[in-house]
Amino acid sequence: MSVVDPPRNSSRISGRPPSRALERAFRGLCLFAALLPVLVLAVLLFDVVRTGLGRIDVQFLTSFPSRRPQTAGILAGAVGSVWLVGLTAAIAVPVGVGTAVYLEEYARRGRLATLIEINISNLAGVPSIIYGLLGLELFVRALSMGRSLLAGALTLALLVLPIIIMATREALRTVPLALREAGLALGATQWQVVRQVVLPMAVPGVLTGSILAISRAIGEAAPLVVLGALTYVDFLPDGVTSPFSALPIQIFNWTSRPQAGFAVNAAAGIIVLMVTLLMLNGAAIITRNRMQKRLGR
Amino acid sequence: MRRSSIALVHALALIAACGGSSSSTDTAVIAVDGSSTVFPISEAVAEEFKAQGKARVTVGMSGTGGGFKKFCKGEIAVTGASRPIKNEEVELCKGGAVEYIELPVAYDGLAIVVHPSADWVDHMTVDELKTLWQPEAQGKVAKWSDVRPGWPDEEIHLFGAGVDSGTYDYFTQAIVGKEHSSRGDYTSSEDDNVLVQGIASDKHALGFFGFAYYSENAEKLKLVPIDDGKADNGAGPVAPSVQTVNDGTYQPLSRPIFVYVAAGETKRPEVAAFIDFYLEKGPALVKEVGYIPMPDAAYELVRARFKARTPGSLFGGKGSKVGVKIEDLLRAG
Repeated sequence: MSVVDPPRNSSRISGRPPSRALERAFRGLCLFAALLPVLVLAVLLFDVVRTGLGRIDVQFLTSFPSRRPQTAGILAGAVGSVWLVGLTAAIAVPVGVGTAVYLEEYARRGRLATLIEINISNLAGVPSIIYGLLGLELFVRALSMGRSLLAGALTLALLVLPIIIMATREALRTVPLALREAGLALGATQWQVVRQVVLPMAVPGVLTGSILAISRAIGEAAPLVVLGALTYVDFLPDGVTSPFSALPIQIFNWTSRPQAGFAVNAAAGIIVLMVTLLMLNGAAIITRNRMQKRLGR
Repeated sequence: MRRSSIALVHALALIAACGGSSSSTDTAVIAVDGSSTVFPISEAVAEEFKAQGKARVTVGMSGTGGGFKKFCKGEIAVTGASRPIKNEEVELCKGGAVEYIELPVAYDGLAIVVHPSADWVDHMTVDELKTLWQPEAQGKVAKWSDVRPGWPDEEIHLFGAGVDSGTYDYFTQAIVGKEHSSRGDYTSSEDDNVLVQGIASDKHALGFFGFAYYSENAEKLKLVPIDDGKADNGAGPVAPSVQTVNDGTYQPLSRPIFVYVAAGETKRPEVAAFIDFYLEKGPALVKEVGYIPMPDAAYELVRARFKARTPGSLFGGKGSKVGVKIEDLLRAG
C-alpha cells in the first residue's frame, strides 16, 4: 500500500494539532468495525460445523429427502443448486456484460441511458420474493415453462443481473481511454476495439461480478419456493425442463421441523452449501487469476 | 473473450430449445404442493409410494394460499391445506374449472406452553386466553396478574405464530372468536423452533404452536391444560395429547388438516392410486412425523368420500369451524 499523502488543502482540515491518541482511537474503532462481522461469522460457522460436520457422509451426500432425519440426504438439493447456478450464470453473464458494454461503450448520455441506469439501480433494491412472483407469472405461466430449472434460472438471472452489470461497468471504466483511442486510430472498428481491447482487460472485473452473483443466487430460497421449486423430489434433473429442488430449500425445510435430527441435517446442509459455493467461486477465482497473469497485471 | 461468446450462444440455444413445458421423462409425475404444515405427511406418503413404482411424486411447500393458487389453475394435482378452502379460493377454482375433493388427513393440536418454572400456571380457561390475546388487550393486559388475580405481578411475554400462517388464523378464530384478529405486541415467528427457544429461555413467557414442537421439546417446556367451559367434551381443564386430540376432548385448539385433490386428475390411475395409498397408510405415517391421527371411523368416512369422488368442501368456504368433530362433519356432508 502507498504511504498516505499529505493533505493538499490543509485549510480544509481543522486547525487543531493532530492528536496521536485520537488517531489511535479512530484506528481502533475501524479495526473493531472490521472484525465484528468476521467474529459473528466465525461464531456462526463454528456452531454449524460443530453440529453438522459429523452428519456428512456418503449416505447424506447421495440420498434423497426423507421423513426420517437419519436416512434423509442432500443429493436432490445439491445437484439442483449446481444446475441452477450454472444456468443462471450462462444466462445472466452474457446479458449483464452486454448491458454494461452498451452503457459504457455505445450509449450517449441521454434519456435512454438514464432510464436504463435508473431501472438497474431499482432492480438491485427489489426484495427477492418479488422476483419469485415475477418468475411465476412470466416464466412459469405466460411463457409456459412450467416449474422447471429453466424458469428458476431465468428468475435468478434477473435477480443477479444488476450485480453483474455494476461490476462489469466498474471494470470497463478502469480500461484507459488511450487504449481505445489507439485501437480506433489504427483503423479498428468500435466492435473490434470492444472485442479485442476493452473486454479482455475487463474480464477479471466481470469474473468478480460473477462470483458475487453466484454467491447471491446459490443462497436464495424464497423466490424459488414461490416459483414452485420442490422440497421433496426423489429424482435428479434430466434437463432444463425438469422440476428441481435447491440447497437452501432443503435447509429451510429441515430447520423448520420439530425433530432434533433435522436440525443436525440442516447444519450439515449448510456446510454442503458453503463448500459448493467455495468450489464454484474457486473456479471463477482461478480463471480470474490466470487472466490477470496473461494480461500482465 | 471467446469464452463468453460461447456462453452467449449456449444460453440462447437453451432458451430457444426449452420453451415447452412437457417433460421428456416416461414415468408419470404427480405434483403435490401447498401447506408447510401438511408437508411432512405428504413427504412421508410420497417416500413410501415410491416403492410402488407407479409414479414419481414431487412435493412443494408454497403455503396453503400459494398452493390453492396453483391448484385452482390446474398446475398441480394435489395441494395440502392447514385450513379449509376459503370463499375466494372456491371462486378461483371455479374460474379455473377445477373441481376439488376435500380430504381431512390428520389433526394438529395447538399447544399453549409456558416456561417449566412458571409454577403458578396450573391451567387456563378459554376466556382467560381471550382476555390475554384479543386486540383490546394490547398495552392493557401486560402482567400475569392482569390475567388472573393471584398470579405474579410480573410482565407477561407472549410468543406466537406469524400473522400469515394458518396456525395464527385458527388460533384467533378459536380463542378471540374472530379470524385474523389479535393483539399485535407479541413476538411472532413463522418458525416454531424459534418460539420454542424463546419460551424455553424466558420465565415469564407464554406462547402457542403446533403440538409436535411441544412433544419434541417436552423437557424444556410446560404444557398448559385448557378449560373450554363446556362439559360435553370432558369437564375441566384438558391438556393436549395424542389421546385427547384424537378423541376430540382437547377443544377448541385442535384442528383438522387437509389435502385437496383435483377431481379431473383422479382419472389418471396413478393419481387415484396415490390418494388411495395416502388414505390407507396415512394414519401410521401421520403419527411418525409428529401429527395426531384422526379416529379410525373418520378415516373410513374420508376413504368413502374419496371413493365416491364427492366434490366440494365440508366448510362451505366459511373458514375453520371451531369445536366440531370431523366425523360429525363427514357424516353430515
